[in-house]
Amino acid sequence: MNSTAPQPQPAGAPEPQDQDTFYAARKKLQVRSTTGVFATWRWALVWFTQLLYYGLPWLQWNDRQAVLFHLTERKFYVFGWVFWPQDVFYLAILLIISAYALFFFTAIAGRLWCGYACPQTVYTEIFMWIEEKIEGDRNARIKLDKSPLNARKLGLRGTKYAIWALVALWTGFTFVAYFSPVDELLQSAASFSFGPWELFWILFYGAFTYLFAGHLREQVCKYMCPYARFQGVMFDPDTLVITYDEDRGEPRGARKKGSDYKAAGKGDCIDCGICVQVCPTGIDIRQGLQYECIGCAACIDACDQVMDKMQYPRGLIRYSTENAMKKHWGMREILVHVMRPRTLVYGGILAAFCVALAWGLATRSTLRVDIIRDRASLATELSDGNIQNVYRLQVMNMTEAPRSFDLRVTGMDGAEIRGETRVDVPAATTQAVTLQVVVPPSSGRPGANHLYFEVNATDDASVAAREETTFLMPH
Amino acid sequence: MADFVSGFWNVYVMGLVALSLLFCVFILITNMTKRPQKVELHGHVWDETLQEYNNPLPKWWLYLFWITIIFAVVYLAIYPGFGNKQGMYNWSSIGQYETEMAKAEERYGPIFNQYLEQDLMAVAANPEANAMGQRMFLTYCAQCHGSAATGARGFPNLTDAEWNWGGEPDTIKTTIMGGRMGVMPPFGPALGGEGVKDVANYVRSLSGLAHDSLRAQRGKELFDQQCVACHQADGTGNPMLGAPNLTNDSWLYGSSEATIIETITNGRQNQMPAFGEFLGEAKVHILSAYVLSLSKGQ
Repeated sequence: MNSTAPQPQPAGAPEPQDQDTFYAARKKLQVRSTTGVFATWRWALVWFTQLLYYGLPWLQWNDRQAVLFHLTERKFYVFGWVFWPQDVFYLAILLIISAYALFFFTAIAGRLWCGYACPQTVYTEIFMWIEEKIEGDRNARIKLDKSPLNARKLGLRGTKYAIWALVALWTGFTFVAYFSPVDELLQSAASFSFGPWELFWILFYGAFTYLFAGHLREQVCKYMCPYARFQGVMFDPDTLVITYDEDRGEPRGARKKGSDYKAAGKGDCIDCGICVQVCPTGIDIRQGLQYECIGCAACIDACDQVMDKMQYPRGLIRYSTENAMKKHWGMREILVHVMRPRTLVYGGILAAFCVALAWGLATRSTLRVDIIRDRASLATELSDGNIQNVYRLQVMNMTEAPRSFDLRVTGMDGAEIRGETRVDVPAATTQAVTLQVVVPPSSGRPGANHLYFEVNATDDASVAAREETTFLMPH
Repeated sequence: MADFVSGFWNVYVMGLVALSLLFCVFILITNMTKRPQKVELHGHVWDETLQEYNNPLPKWWLYLFWITIIFAVVYLAIYPGFGNKQGMYNWSSIGQYETEMAKAEERYGPIFNQYLEQDLMAVAANPEANAMGQRMFLTYCAQCHGSAATGARGFPNLTDAEWNWGGEPDTIKTTIMGGRMGVMPPFGPALGGEGVKDVANYVRSLSGLAHDSLRAQRGKELFDQQCVACHQADGTGNPMLGAPNLTNDSWLYGSSEATIIETITNGRQNQMPAFGEFLGEAKVHILSAYVLSLSKGQ
């Protein structure tokens, strides 16, 4: 936080720790589930992202899997597109877009990614839902934790772990299905005859899903995640973060419903502790913004319910900004300040890259030609006195249908190709052709001359490539 | 496989590795049993307001450190790395390479070997074999002979009908299997500057290039004394020695007077490396057939 205001009680106040060590034992959290506006948003995103994730490998497109990252073929199939290693450029743009989207949304409203869309949050949410269905609510689970190991506890825990493991394995299976055709994978699954790497990745991805979403949970965000550490840098005093309204809430304290608490000198916070119970990272938001806060807004939903019960206005804990708290701004003022240099620059760059990606994909050529000059034989004088250079052309047909191409050379008078000028390239392959280009000695200067290869598809005039290379003339 | 010249270094490295591991263990244990520390701000400030707490690490982080130490011990037990110790499975990179090569040989060997029984001319007419031959040619031969096999200065063109060492199928195979050493001795001292120029003009006259006829006449006498041993009386060369035919229009180094003078004065040393050992006969067989197919049109 970039503020010079005196900090309230140091954020992330230390938990009591072991008496003789640098290392703190983990306190087990049992998180209370919550409902409300933001919980609904999170569940909507869980459904959206997971339908996408689990569903995509099953879609078909032109008699093949719609989305398949075929590593051995070195082709990425995405619906109508087939991406080649040469298209790694688009991947770079996509990563830049992802980064700027993260910057942009974080600058506006804090850790939106963490709170609503991050796989760690999403799978933890799913796993906690399973936990709740099997072991009961927070109180029941705490009781179960404390109870001695008996048949009931063993049964509940066993069931929970088994279902978690199934979900995790299915997640791992789905992950591999992006790289290995899903129909073959299903057959392998039926006879359990996976390839060694398939099996490794299913188990690896599955094990980590199980471990992270089932057991490690908030530890991942607190101690492993690099995003968590640098997102704070993108906050400024106008960033919307989950805020406890200290002026309104303090001094906190219990009271009877309907009693005149203001007369008793109390604030609106009834100190029920529900905001702490629902927090997936186990912090108390009333101590101010802390690095552990993943911006999930569970405490907002929980506190609003309590406020409704008490018939107090909502928003004791709400999305607000540091400036708004200091200067007592309303929502309109906050929204005005969303437009500021930081967000405008992030947004502008984000928009520019999105347009660039769309434009690049729309105008992407399905033909690429790479020219490789022979290095050893620079120029050869033929017996008839003409000069010959040798080239190898890699003609890449990036479509999923076979194509033929005509080759021509331009740029030097009298240049002609000796050899086959018609190349047939099977679907989605690269054809290498060796070409001898012969030029009369009167044409061009000694040394390097510009020469152009023009490659045209025989069936479609719009598919063409023009590549420059050099033609060497002896002195 | 002893990398060390004396036993001392072996012991020295073992000691270093063991000490490092023990030191890691020592650090871990002392840190586990340290006095508790108060959680407070470090004094350091970045970017005007950014400060850092010395919060404790989670316990499981500590286990990660132990796991790395255990991993190191297990790794050193299985793989080489502990002095001269070979590791449990005697793994070595050369061993792995040889295993993989053996596997590849088992898999691809039959594909290459199927042509070995066939006559070279028959293989040269087989498009599938030629496709394989072309790929191998581009890998092993194109550096010198060019990817179109048209050669370069000092490297013969393989697509024409001219052969310095003979173009019979078996001869081509012999060339690739065993390599060739083409040596023309220097004649500068024996002939003298003028003599070399005369011979050069005579050589140009053999293939009908422009020349000084007076010099060529003088050159013929010298040629008959000095050069016929290899290039024959009529200048058509000798494939047994790799002596080129001087009466055609194919020139390894060039046909200009200056180039020929240089050739005669200083001689030429040329070597084609042997590929028999490296590729094995089956692959050379396919390559020879491919080279044969290149010049069949001539």
